[in-house]
Amino acid sequence: MNELILDIDDLSVIYKTDLETVKAVNGINLKIGKGKTLGLVGETGAGKTTTALSILKLLPENTGKVTSGNVKFEGTNLLEMNEHEIREIRGGQIAMVFQDPMTSLNPVMTVGDQIAEAIIMHNEGLSKGEIEKRIDEKLTMVGILPSRKTEYPHQFSGGMKQRVVIAMALACEPKLLIADEPTTALDVTIQAQVLMMIKELRNRLGTSMLMITHDLGVVAKICDDVAVMYAGEIVEAGTVHDIFLGEDHHPYTEGLFGSIPNLSSRTKRLNSIPGLMPDPTNLPEGCIFAPRCKYCMDICIRVHPNTVFDETHSLKCHLFDGKLRRDKQEGKSEKQ
Amino acid sequence: MYRYIIKRILFLIPTVLGVVFIIYFVMNITPGDPARAMLGSSAPQADIDKLNHELGYDLPFLQKYFNYIYNMVVKQDFGISYFTRQSVFAEIWPRYIVTINLALMGVVLSSVIGIPLGIYAAVKQYSLWDTVPSIFAFLIAAVPSFVLGMILLFVFSLKLNLLPSYGITSFSNYIMPALTISIPPAAMNLRFTKSSMLESIRQDFVRTARAKGAPEKIVIWKHALKNAMLPIITNIGLNLGMLIAGAVVAEKLFSIPGIGSLIVDRITYKDEPVIIAGTILIAVCFTIVMLMVDVIYAYIDPRIKAKYARMKG
Repeated sequence: MNELILDIDDLSVIYKTDLETVKAVNGINLKIGKGKTLGLVGETGAGKTTTALSILKLLPENTGKVTSGNVKFEGTNLLEMNEHEIREIRGGQIAMVFQDPMTSLNPVMTVGDQIAEAIIMHNEGLSKGEIEKRIDEKLTMVGILPSRKTEYPHQFSGGMKQRVVIAMALACEPKLLIADEPTTALDVTIQAQVLMMIKELRNRLGTSMLMITHDLGVVAKICDDVAVMYAGEIVEAGTVHDIFLGEDHHPYTEGLFGSIPNLSSRTKRLNSIPGLMPDPTNLPEGCIFAPRCKYCMDICIRVHPNTVFDETHSLKCHLFDGKLRRDKQEGKSEKQ
Repeated sequence: MYRYIIKRILFLIPTVLGVVFIIYFVMNITPGDPARAMLGSSAPQADIDKLNHELGYDLPFLQKYFNYIYNMVVKQDFGISYFTRQSVFAEIWPRYIVTINLALMGVVLSSVIGIPLGIYAAVKQYSLWDTVPSIFAFLIAAVPSFVLGMILLFVFSLKLNLLPSYGITSFSNYIMPALTISIPPAAMNLRFTKSSMLESIRQDFVRTARAKGAPEKIVIWKHALKNAMLPIITNIGLNLGMLIAGAVVAEKLFSIPGIGSLIVDRITYKDEPVIIAGTILIAVCFTIVMLMVDVIYAYIDPRIKAKYARMKG
């Protein structure tokens, strides 16, 4: 892989309340190359959003806590930055698009003002006219008439709101865009539009991207690399080629693909992975997927698997212990 | 928007008619009469009937009602007090100025004390800045205002001899009554502000603002507070409305000639013109305050403004 823009190493995050401790993210490694797009896939509650929030240090103050690991952005550790330094990064270098456009815009500010805020925050000394020009530019970029900048969010449809959110995120031309399920809350026709727009803008601006989604179709369309997350761990990672066309897969990834309905064969019921995700307050001792895994062996229940590698492809499953090359250096941090 | 405001103001007409009707009706079904109250229980019945007749009290209540409405609308005459035989307007107006002054002071004070503490408590949730004012607010909310007033009187007038204990001759006279009527609503403001802010701080758009790189100051004041304002404004409006209706307890305690105590006093004498005029004034003020609250809503929240604009006639 060429130069890295984001390098997450052994990141663990917990949510701690008086009653319980939720292990949301457990020692994950993620790497995003410059100009590349990484898809982070997994079902609801796998820790995808938590990972994204911890990159920008936006975890809920009272409960969320990073317990270990580094998040290096162009070589500097974001987690060690103070409030002032991380503010420069937020919105300026790394921007985020949130899941639900209905609630992620401030209802009492015009969309123009909200975009302007992002611009002003990171470009001091711009004149009023220049700011207005930039707002118009950004709105045009996402396909909204600049004359609508004086309107309020409630005057926009869901898809339009998400366009505004994207315009806001791209206002300062960030190097990395974190898109947290940007199309989940939209209906299907709008999803495709917004997705194509994101893809097109990424290509034009050369932005690196972390695309969080549970939609494998989205991954296939726009990602270079994929990481599959399950119960706070990365169980499989690799290039899109590895994941979609490769031979060896983690049983969970297999299950994910298996649950996509097939158009050519008529089945009465949709396939799903049996069982539920383990309780994050009480994770199993062995492999976290063992309770739901159809290949589950004795060792799976007792021993937590290490990551095994095959060039760009990595897996965390006992099935592949002997078959793939094992990288000791990377593996050690995964032990619990 | 203007249509909406005009409509709301026009609603005052049925309100006033209703207020007058209800008061005449209630006075009619309750026992006692003004002459008996003024002349005492030993006065002969003939004298009492004569006085009641002179006052116009013995007319049937519907006739009194229509007479009153007629005089009010056509002659702008609110009648003559049964008790003092003075023009009701002349009697009520100066007292009303006093009440409004006091109410405004109370509302300003309660907002200035309660709202910043509430914001701070929400921002610093679970810290001492939250727990200490919150517990204090709970305590204060449980203390009746006359107890508070008496404590103030005892400390500042009797022991320290700093503030006058009665009357309204100077500004210093207003200090203790204003405090007395503002502390309980201040505690309420604190709790309203805190819960409203806590809700607003957890909204997604606040996180969006942080993700844009906005400093905490802007996140709190510009994004969170503006969205938390609606319930706070409602509460302030209600406080003002309540205080304009007269803080009877504080007026009695500090011997302030306000409208609340006037109405309460005159109920004993069944002084219908004074009670009615006072109540009309209160109803009008209350409606105006509530209208102001609604207009401020529209100013703060464009969604509400759009709703008003959509409403037909």
